[in-house]
Amino acid sequence: MQPYIQANSTNVPDERGYYGEFGGRFVPETLVPALDEMTAAYFEAMSDPAFQAELSHLQATYTGRPTPLTYAKRLSERLGGAQIYLKREDLAHTGAHKINNALGQALLAKRMGKQRVVAETGAGQHGVASATVSALLGLDCHVYMGSVDIARQQPNVLRMKLLGAEVLPVESGTKTLKDAVNEAIRDWVTNVRDTFYLLGSALGPHPYPLMVRDFQSVIGTEARRQILEQAGRLPDVCVACVGGGSNAIGLFHAFRDDADVELIGVEAGGHGIAGGEHAARFADPNIGRPGILQGARSFVMQTPAGQVVNTHSISAGLDYASVGPEHAFLRQNERAHYTYATDEEALAALQTLSRTEGIIPALESSHAVAEALKLAPTMPKSSILLINLSGRGDKDLDTVMRELKID
Amino acid sequence: MSETTVRDVTGQAAIAAMFERTKAEGRAAFLPFAMMGYPTLAESIDAVEAMSKLGVDGFEIGVPFSDPLADGPVIQHASQTALENGVTVEAGLEAIRELRRRGVAQPMLLFSYINPLLAYGTDRLAAELLAAGGDGLICPDLPPEEAHWFDALGKHGLALVFFAAPTSTDARLALVGQKATGFIYVVSVTGTTGARRELPPDLTEYAARLRERIDLPLVMGFGISTPEQAAQVSKVMDGFIVASALIRVAPEGVQAVAKLAGTIRAAL
Repeated sequence: MQPYIQANSTNVPDERGYYGEFGGRFVPETLVPALDEMTAAYFEAMSDPAFQAELSHLQATYTGRPTPLTYAKRLSERLGGAQIYLKREDLAHTGAHKINNALGQALLAKRMGKQRVVAETGAGQHGVASATVSALLGLDCHVYMGSVDIARQQPNVLRMKLLGAEVLPVESGTKTLKDAVNEAIRDWVTNVRDTFYLLGSALGPHPYPLMVRDFQSVIGTEARRQILEQAGRLPDVCVACVGGGSNAIGLFHAFRDDADVELIGVEAGGHGIAGGEHAARFADPNIGRPGILQGARSFVMQTPAGQVVNTHSISAGLDYASVGPEHAFLRQNERAHYTYATDEEALAALQTLSRTEGIIPALESSHAVAEALKLAPTMPKSSILLINLSGRGDKDLDTVMRELKID
Repeated sequence: MSETTVRDVTGQAAIAAMFERTKAEGRAAFLPFAMMGYPTLAESIDAVEAMSKLGVDGFEIGVPFSDPLADGPVIQHASQTALENGVTVEAGLEAIRELRRRGVAQPMLLFSYINPLLAYGTDRLAAELLAAGGDGLICPDLPPEEAHWFDALGKHGLALVFFAAPTSTDARLALVGQKATGFIYVVSVTGTTGARRELPPDLTEYAARLRERIDLPLVMGFGISTPEQAAQVSKVMDGFIVASALIRVAPEGVQAVAKLAGTIRAAL
């Protein structure tokens, strides 16, 4: 069987976890040996055909991979420009791409003999994915979630509980994803000997950004093969939303050497950049600057004094003050470009896709769709635009109905 | 300028002199932690001044960070309040300057997470820390592999403290010992900062393992809150830090902090 993933398949990161000047490992000493142990176990696992075979088998028989690549005919016709294709991560088990990474890391945890798993979650998708794979593999799962996110993502909280995970509300700081990560790290530093921290995005200290990228790279590997099969050529543009950036890096990675394929990451523009109420780390040089948060050097939304500022996005999954270090690297090298969509644009895109294609995207993914709605009409009809539809919108129905005042 | 009138030596030399003295006295150095700006900036400065008169040996001067992932609930709360009180790296340096003005002679090490320190600028930090009368830096999310970010401190003779943890491998202990100056901050147990009912039973073995690989003085922190625990640690380490226990009583006023520090000092 062809392995989906090849460890260390590019020249980044270096052995200290750096992507150019970004990344690294800025954590308390207590965790460094655990990260060293994890790095060694990860490389060893990835070079073991039995591990690859088990992962591939579960991806096919449990997650439901490969996920389809759907040609969005009516949307393409309506926009009158590029032909739009959707990579359907919303059809993966649990309804989002998060399962790809959760499954890989949980298999690694099991291989390392760690029975207890902690995870953080924002929108709840990674929490659900972690709870799911923990149930599948018989692991003991504890999920930290900000109380603000608990309030806005109730269905996912109930799912996690039903799957047998313990959901631990986080009341510190902004009570969102960033604070859930802090609490998960505090738990891990306390229980490091028997606990595996199942981190959900391409951020944090080395080796997480690498592991998460590699476990998510199945998205791009499949999408690249599928577009070649369906359209006979590579896309002109790939678009994905970027919170921590795991779905985007998972898509981009397979196209990194295809110089003619433009890669576009879409951050959360919230209420707009001008007022500062957003999570667009790359779009607002007054706030988004290189810094170190939660173990990695990347772009961080911060005050001039280096304190991390509150972020805003309608989508809990993009509401994060930093961004995966490889995205900072790809942006610096101009291999990828980053833009943003506002709350309003994301909501409009969610409705457009729902009505033209019968697919309700997650609010996170709707940011990528929003960019496609802007871009596609400017492109020739012969061109191809590929959107990573990272998750489905069922979890967001309450928010959407409230925002749109639907009864 | 007032700084030189108070002390003969600064930086790493001042820290070394502190350990020489406490060693001669047959006890460990006691370094209380104070979060600047908690409960207020004035009270936190007053508390350090008050403790300095009780024969404590040095201080960790805390500057808050919005995301203190190595800290337990007590210091998280203090950090949040201190941030609301507007405390920055600049304010921390000014607090050290003010304490020297008031005649505090003990070594003072600035404590903060890496992001506010980088935002301030590391060259500037080293120069200003020296000018203010500070002696070194403690940064919990800076591993020894990344020591180069703070090379400027060494150029000014200031100490850069690194951590040893119960999980550290022998190779890492050697690295920590090689990169650190001043002393090694020995984490007592895996976990975040905060009072604990009991310290680990194998402190003697732990210290012996560290001393085989590290020549610098060993200063234990995390969970030391009572005079009994201080006395226990004093037998095997060269120093110890008390943080959360003092922060917990800080809202009761300067006298409450001084009283607890005095009780701990008396137990040595």
